[in-house]
Amino acid sequence: MKRILIVGGGIGGTILANNLARRLNHELHSGDVGITLLSASDRHMYQPGLLYVAFGRMTPDEIYRDQASLLEPDIAFHVDPVEEFRFEANAVRTASGKSFEYDYLAIATGSRPVAESIPGLAEHAHHVYTEAAALKTFQALRDFQGGKIVVAAAVPHKCPMVPLEITFLLHDYFQDRGLLDKVKIHYTYPINRVHSLENVAKWAAPEFDRLGISYETLFNVKEVDGAKRQVLSEEGSSVDYDLLIAIPPHKGMEVIEKNNLGKGGWIPTDRNSLRMENRDNVFVLGDTTNIATSKAGSTAHYEAEVLGENLAALVKLGSEVKTYEGKVFCFIEAGKDRATYASFDYNHPPQPQPPTQAVHWFKMAYNRLYWNSVRGLL
Amino acid sequence: MQDPQILDARGATCPGPLMELIAHIKLMDVGEEVEVLTTDRGSATDIPIWLRKVGHECINMREDAGVYHIRVRKTK
Repeated sequence: MKRILIVGGGIGGTILANNLARRLNHELHSGDVGITLLSASDRHMYQPGLLYVAFGRMTPDEIYRDQASLLEPDIAFHVDPVEEFRFEANAVRTASGKSFEYDYLAIATGSRPVAESIPGLAEHAHHVYTEAAALKTFQALRDFQGGKIVVAAAVPHKCPMVPLEITFLLHDYFQDRGLLDKVKIHYTYPINRVHSLENVAKWAAPEFDRLGISYETLFNVKEVDGAKRQVLSEEGSSVDYDLLIAIPPHKGMEVIEKNNLGKGGWIPTDRNSLRMENRDNVFVLGDTTNIATSKAGSTAHYEAEVLGENLAALVKLGSEVKTYEGKVFCFIEAGKDRATYASFDYNHPPQPQPPTQAVHWFKMAYNRLYWNSVRGLL
Repeated sequence: MQDPQILDARGATCPGPLMELIAHIKLMDVGEEVEVLTTDRGSATDIPIWLRKVGHECINMREDAGVYHIRVRKTK
């Protein structure tokens, strides 16, 4: 029997498991293949939903499903996080003390916000990267009656469109509440334009100008002085705030660093084969890789589809058939009722179009369709 | 001399070479070097500007077959 072990039950691991279960349906039933998924949680969160929770447009219960309900029935699923990777033995050891052996291993453990890595950020800034933080942000926005809101993005962070989306949503949120004349929104960004993708920046900067949103570039958050309500940058500048919304820096999961698989929790990974460096039968996908591309759900989704096809081909044909070409697709909410998108790969930059209501409603629909997407049905 | 780490940021990727470098430098020790690979001409200008602004060192830069190799040392 060929044993495929997937570590991580987020979007990447779940789509990969379901994709493989369909491609290897016959082999699973005949006992020639086994697929096992290990996760740290029995629940699956639709992470982009947290942005909407912060603005009171979704509630937390809407962004969770039972993980088991999302998986094809032939997948062996265990809530038993990995503690040790034993590559020489082709095995992992889990929190329960069990050992799981594999012929092929896929690691999709994801990433986590580490606001505490910047002095003052965890204590004084709001964000939308955990349920608790999103709810706290919701309350802070409800309570805010006027003043200067600063949006500060630290790196690396997942979902590269969030800094822009939060800023546009803040504008419309306070406009709807009739407080826009009392609210000043100031956007800061680490590099010398308002977004990492040049064409997105070319679209977003005039939008900021049109909406009266000020911005400052080459601003990397170094420290937050809560007493002075001031954010200090690595570049030597500072900005005062009344309410601070941060995009916190991220790291990979602790288990990756503890096992010395990669600095920062990012595993060195070939950007086309998705194979872990120096490991023939270990693959990495989603946020866990060190590939210089977006840490975003769609990246994990497209990587999972390539990897699903390749792992199935390895079982059936003995070799891989596809390469990952860097495909990413990101919606960009440009306010409460309009959106655009960026679609790109390693060789083709995005050409974002003016925002429309239609794209916004497509995003709203995707917020529901996600549960079919993660089952591998879309 | 120790070989530098390689940061492969070739292609039209997001978040792009400078942001990848900013994240990567956080994980380096003072004195360590990294070589950024990028096909983005703008990064050949942007990266040295940022390095000067925050005080890290751009050791050298060369272009080879459309790929810029920018060698950086973390200094603080």
